[in-house]
Amino acid sequence: MAETNVAQVEKKEPLFGKKERKLLVDPLNDNNPITVQVLGICSALAVTSLVYPSLVMAISVIFVTAFSSLFTSLLRHYIPKSVRMIAQLIIIASLVTVVELSLKALNYPVYKQLSVYIGLIITNCIVMGRLEAFAMANKPWRSFLDGIGNGLGYGAILLIVGFMRELFGKGTLFAGSPLEWKIVGPSADYLINTAGTGYMNNNLMVLPAAAMFVIGVIIWIQRTYNKKLIDVS
Amino acid sequence: MESNSQIIKFMLVLTSVVALGLTGLRQVTEPLAQRNEEIFEKRAILLAVEDYLGGKTMAELSDEEVLNIFESQVQQLVVDAQGNVIEEMKADEVDFAQERKKPADQRKYPIWIFNNGSEQFYIVAVRGNGLWDEIWGYVALKSDLNTIAGVAFDHKGETPGLGAEIKDNPAFRAQFKGKRILDDEGRFVGVIVRKGGARDPEHEVDAISGATITSNGVTDMLVDGLRAYEAYFAKLRQVG
Repeated sequence: MAETNVAQVEKKEPLFGKKERKLLVDPLNDNNPITVQVLGICSALAVTSLVYPSLVMAISVIFVTAFSSLFTSLLRHYIPKSVRMIAQLIIIASLVTVVELSLKALNYPVYKQLSVYIGLIITNCIVMGRLEAFAMANKPWRSFLDGIGNGLGYGAILLIVGFMRELFGKGTLFAGSPLEWKIVGPSADYLINTAGTGYMNNNLMVLPAAAMFVIGVIIWIQRTYNKKLIDVS
Repeated sequence: MESNSQIIKFMLVLTSVVALGLTGLRQVTEPLAQRNEEIFEKRAILLAVEDYLGGKTMAELSDEEVLNIFESQVQQLVVDAQGNVIEEMKADEVDFAQERKKPADQRKYPIWIFNNGSEQFYIVAVRGNGLWDEIWGYVALKSDLNTIAGVAFDHKGETPGLGAEIKDNPAFRAQFKGKRILDDEGRFVGVIVRKGGARDPEHEVDAISGATITSNGVTDMLVDGLRAYEAYFAKLRQVG
């Protein structure tokens, strides 16, 4: 009797149904970790002066949120309640170390550029927040998707901020990567040659403070279009 | 509520599995990481003679080419504060951060002699303090041991857009080319980063506006750093 019940329940839950889709898409807009929950701001301000390191950072965080959610969810029945946060931290820290070691071996210049911020993924509130709020109470597959979704939501904001800051602060895109694009600058190397026009790169955009403004504007635009997010209290 | 022994058992298993996994991964990635670090350092040194690398910029050189240049065209030596060559030591072996903690007369100083076939350059290492943290760099001198052929700077934590321009802005670095570290009588003066614009075209460059302390740090680093090599260079100049 019990077995047929389980089979029925499994039938009702497809591998990628509406709920799973919601887990992936929700953090991109309605429940974005940066613009709605205002988590993970510290690294979003610090690493976004160029697009390429932002991209590497985003991929690293997606990896960590996805797999820490997966492993925590797999272990959720075995983790003793009194040490659950320590156990979660061990899982997060080991995954971050995996990222750090791989980056050191595969792309040393970017590793140097991101420096301490890779290690600081451990303290990124998004990761631990999802483990506590979701992975400890849900099945592995869904937790994995939730991790990817939140990582993507974080990464999307990072890329937008990085794009704005690099374009207006430096006049390039993807600087430091093999695909560097020179967009705006005072020589013929650039797509838009501004020699003699008096255009100057905005030095403020290079500073972390600019990320705060860009994120503020993103939140503003997002709330203009997404009325659900407006707090009517 | 779990018993203490259960908790301890769980944590032991979890930490052992994690420790084993990470140790394995480190074993695999360590050689690659070391090679990357070595190339990163060598690129930083060669950046000082970027104009003389056969027409290629640093970004265009492949990792193999960097290692090749170091293998075939760079001679390494170490000198002490009195200007004597320390035998059987290579410049790469000097840990400059450690050397700075010693008293000045006991420090060892690395020199990389780069020969591109037609000209010989002496690349020396300098280190100092910026606004927030350490700054360091490499200065390439032409074979007259007076004219600067190029410089390369780096920093640990200067402000992007301001102090960090010593590394990021090619125009700042380019100013140093052709400056002289000796005056007309052959006395050492170094190179000065002047706020408000260079006055002496031979020995001064423009500072970065908004980054006075970093700029002064570069001046101190260059004057002190290059003076430390004077004992050795004076001997070389006498000989030839």
